Amino acid sequence: MIEAIWITLLLAAVTTPVLLIIATPIAWWLAQKGSWIKDVVAAVVALPIVLPPTVLGFYLLVALGPNSPLMAVLQPFGVRTLAFTFTGLVIGSLVYSLPFAVQPIRNAFEAMGSRPMEVAATLRASKWDAFISVALPQARRGFLTAAILVFAHTIGEFGVVLMIGGSIPGQTEVISIRIYQAVEQLNWAEAHLISGGLMAFSFVVLMTMLIIDRRFSARTAGIRP
Amino acid sequence: MIRIALNGRVGDLDLDVAFNAPGEGITAIMGRSGSGKTTLLRAMAGLDRLTGEVTVSGRVWQDATRFELVHKRGVGYVFQEPSLFTHLSVQGNLDFAVKRATKAVDRAEIIDLLKIAPLLPRAVSKLSGGERQRVSLARALLSGPELLLMDEPLSSLDQTARQEILPFIRVVGARVPVIYVSHDPLEVSRLTERVLYLSEGRLSERPAVSLEGLSQAEIEALARQALGG
Repeated sequence: MIEAIWITLLLAAVTTPVLLIIATPIAWWLAQKGSWIKDVVAAVVALPIVLPPTVLGFYLLVALGPNSPLMAVLQPFGVRTLAFTFTGLVIGSLVYSLPFAVQPIRNAFEAMGSRPMEVAATLRASKWDAFISVALPQARRGFLTAAILVFAHTIGEFGVVLMIGGSIPGQTEVISIRIYQAVEQLNWAEAHLISGGLMAFSFVVLMTMLIIDRRFSARTAGIRP
Repeated sequence: MIRIALNGRVGDLDLDVAFNAPGEGITAIMGRSGSGKTTLLRAMAGLDRLTGEVTVSGRVWQDATRFELVHKRGVGYVFQEPSLFTHLSVQGNLDFAVKRATKAVDRAEIIDLLKIAPLLPRAVSKLSGGERQRVSLARALLSGPELLLMDEPLSSLDQTARQEILPFIRVVGARVPVIYVSHDPLEVSRLTERVLYLSEGRLSERPAVSLEGLSQAEIEALARQALGG
């Protein structure tokens, strides 16, 4: 049980920062006014919301399994398959939670509008400088929302991890699967323990992040709390 | 000396403008909404791309072969609505400009000039409209601009705040050359005698009109005439 909890937390802790980094340029690009290609990309990014996790998991299993084109590329580096590995789980989680990271960040960039970037440019900030020192802090709440959603979503993942992880204890067995198995074996005590713990943990994480955000915004805006 | 020759289409507007302005004091550009005032100002700053030439104090910002990006032009810009960074305090907003300034500006002097010392630790959201525009002015000055562009900086303010801030704009105009865009003849008459009229993307042929010594009614009649109203 402890192993499953550890694997789950590790998965969420790795997925969240990596996905925020991947999602930021996508969200920025989508937030700029532009062509129909953006609608296509936006739809592709949103696919994991509407697809059944098993469908997503199936395609990921095919892509990460031996003999896939992706693995052919990785073969020279000594990687034969990523199915049923922790790395495979991380990749699956990244794809599965992508829309939950992109959407809030994109919304935050859109709410900011183009004016702050223009102001920064007239104050001699290059595009990159303005992005780092104006756009990112202005979109702070979007990032916080994205982080919370991705973290929670990864912890609660079931279908995808079952398909590509195969539930190997100590490697790919996460708590959502562990709970399912405990219930199947009529081991209600363990199911209760993990489920209750998960609830309490999620609550504490959410509270902490909201408090940090409140402190942070008060401090940068110049109000001493 | 400021030399401007810009032309191009933006939306429905066909802009074609050429003028010179001295490299000191305030030059006002007046015109109705939709006449292309903001478009012209944005193009001068490089925020929008028009073809033509922009030369400020001997430095070419853009011509047939070259287009300096906004952050490479020594431009200052005060926008219509207060546009301070909300994630920073007043102090933070000023620091942003000082850190990136192209030439050293005496920070204490600017703060004193615009009387914003008591505002420094405040949050931007806790400032009045007039205070915000004063901080915006200070921030623009601190970036060390060769030319300061102002796009109706009073339009978001109430009457009292306007009266309060006009003297500050005059003071700023005495330090840095300013191009001041407005549709309000009274406001302009209190700032400068150098006025250009813009109508449907063209500067009118008439020479700059001196508004000094005229009554309010006369100024308004002149303005109506000039704006083709």
